[in-house]
Amino acid sequence: MKIHEYQAKELFRKYQIPVPNGKPAFSVDEAIAVAKALSEKGPWVVKAQIHAGGRGKGGGVKVAKTMDEVTQYAKSILGMNLVTIQTGPEGKVVQRLLVEDGAQIAKEYYVAITLDRAVSRLCIMASPEGGMDIEEVAAKTPERIFKQWVHPTLGLRDFQTRTLASQMGFTGPAAKQFQDILKKLVRLYIENDGTLVEINPLIQSKDGNLMALDAKVDFDENGMFRHPSFQELRDLNEEDPSETAAKKFDLSYISLDGNIGCMVNGAGLAMATMDIIKLEGGNPANFLDVGGGATEEKVKEAFKIILQDSKVKAILVNIFGGIMKCDVIAKGIMGAARELKLTVPLIVRLEGTNVQQGKELLEKSGLKIITATGMKEAAQKAVAAAEAH
Amino acid sequence: MAIYVDKNTRLLVQGITGQAGAFHTKACKEYGTQVVGGVTPGKGGENFEGTPIFNSVKEAVKNTGANATMIYVPAAFAADAVVEAADAGIQTIVCITEGIPPLDMISVKEYLKTSESVLIGPNCPGVITPGQCKIGIMPGYIHKPGNIGVVSRSGTLTYEAVHQLTQRGIGQSTCVGIGGDPVQGEAFIDVLKRFNQDPDTHGVVMIGEIGGSAEEAAAEWIKSNMKKPVVGFIGGQTAPPGKRMGHAGAIISGGSGKASDKIAALEKAGVLVSLSPASLGETMERALKNR
Repeated sequence: MKIHEYQAKELFRKYQIPVPNGKPAFSVDEAIAVAKALSEKGPWVVKAQIHAGGRGKGGGVKVAKTMDEVTQYAKSILGMNLVTIQTGPEGKVVQRLLVEDGAQIAKEYYVAITLDRAVSRLCIMASPEGGMDIEEVAAKTPERIFKQWVHPTLGLRDFQTRTLASQMGFTGPAAKQFQDILKKLVRLYIENDGTLVEINPLIQSKDGNLMALDAKVDFDENGMFRHPSFQELRDLNEEDPSETAAKKFDLSYISLDGNIGCMVNGAGLAMATMDIIKLEGGNPANFLDVGGGATEEKVKEAFKIILQDSKVKAILVNIFGGIMKCDVIAKGIMGAARELKLTVPLIVRLEGTNVQQGKELLEKSGLKIITATGMKEAAQKAVAAAEAH
Repeated sequence: MAIYVDKNTRLLVQGITGQAGAFHTKACKEYGTQVVGGVTPGKGGENFEGTPIFNSVKEAVKNTGANATMIYVPAAFAADAVVEAADAGIQTIVCITEGIPPLDMISVKEYLKTSESVLIGPNCPGVITPGQCKIGIMPGYIHKPGNIGVVSRSGTLTYEAVHQLTQRGIGQSTCVGIGGDPVQGEAFIDVLKRFNQDPDTHGVVMIGEIGGSAEEAAAEWIKSNMKKPVVGFIGGQTAPPGKRMGHAGAIISGGSGKASDKIAALEKAGVLVSLSPASLGETMERALKNR
């Protein structure tokens, strides 16, 4: 789960990690009021709040030297369609701003914490090459990214933060500040079930102090049962409505641009189904994993979501039941086909737990269903049906 | 022989009285697995269709001699259930539960280093030695005893592979679903090592998917160690890029996580990669003939 920069900064404040003074604004008037409350003379920074990085390059971050400029930038950024390397070509409409004090930057650094799957530990990454595209740094000068791994019971040790501070080139009070920030970041990550905490850039200002000029925090959906209040941080405008609807029913859905709707159980099989549709010359309209314990209702919802996409010319159901029982799927398919008055061809391939009952139910239903026995046959029939429809 | 489980395996079920736990306990029993007990705190002394229920794993082990466990405990409590099983000296811990926070699993994994226990999963279909012992949610009837090992990150895609093998008359020695979670117990390499040493396994089907770098690591190991033919498949070859975990995730994994890189690494290691998920059985048949 992603949150906005201003929300991440509020979390940073709770852990006493230094960030610039600032507040979110949802309108131009609010932006002006926030700026006035911050200082009389500025400078101020007006930052677009969307769930994607690369905002500066896309024109979503501006430094305002006068109150007129605050007004001007707030007007131009609010409502703009911001295209960055992370939004894709369609971009995202800016609906929130963060207005904060401008900072006197002497040098920029990069710090992040995430899970290193290869060793099953949290990894701290730090680089003196902050403010830049860090992936480029990783590709071109990997020796400029320094790492330390957090032991699950010993935690982050002093010698580790000391090492990183010296690798960043910090001395004296700045080194102490840096070590302190690292420890707080790890605590923040663990206590809030993070999957990513990233500061790019962490700056040293001209007075020598360190400050997080940007803040990115992603949470682990699986850990959210421990933090019910985080639901308020969700910004539904930043999420695909179909994907949000799917999530409500515990379905995993990603829309694609083809014309064959897919309903599959299991992420691996769902991806493989997309692969084989392409191999057979077709194009999948979506990825949809109905998950393990699907009910009739869930299957019906899955159909509704697939059919919201007007490009869909055929639907391929590929189920290999384990936890999922084929008779439950069959009942769901029958209910959905009747209720939604299905007009596109439906190709069904069932295998696994209770497959006989499932097949019998479909046969007796009187519905026009094209059945298939293997994945390849199912994909071929779906491609042919989509072309003919 | 087989790996992890066989006809002598004595199985416990943690979370036996839950809906999924109960359903799959029945299915495992029907398959012939020796289910010797269940654990549900507070329900000790009762029984589930003749199988005694205990309050703790330790108590269950003492009374039944169980050496394996199958965990269906809800995600919030599952990490604890794994540690409890290891603490009671269970050899093979199979955790089916999905949705356990990886942060919880980090310390569990660290703890397991100090024990003899082996964890398969979490978020996995389980492990089966056809004709002997089924631990997990896989449909038993698609399997057939034989000499091909199967190891996979995906659940349903594993069934697909097994089904194709069986349809061609190719039986399986053991099928292991290692699960797709970021912090997991047994990894590809751990399972491949066991298959390599198992005299009854003559070849291996390995199923990976996009993301992470586990397939690349396995390819490295295969290149210098594997003595048996390996057939591979990578799911998600046509998945569009995007939906990734920000910069730090990409940097940390080193590899790109892309299917094309994984396929290239596997092919370089001598693995026969099937590009279609429908020709896994066929590819293994060919591999066995050319041996």
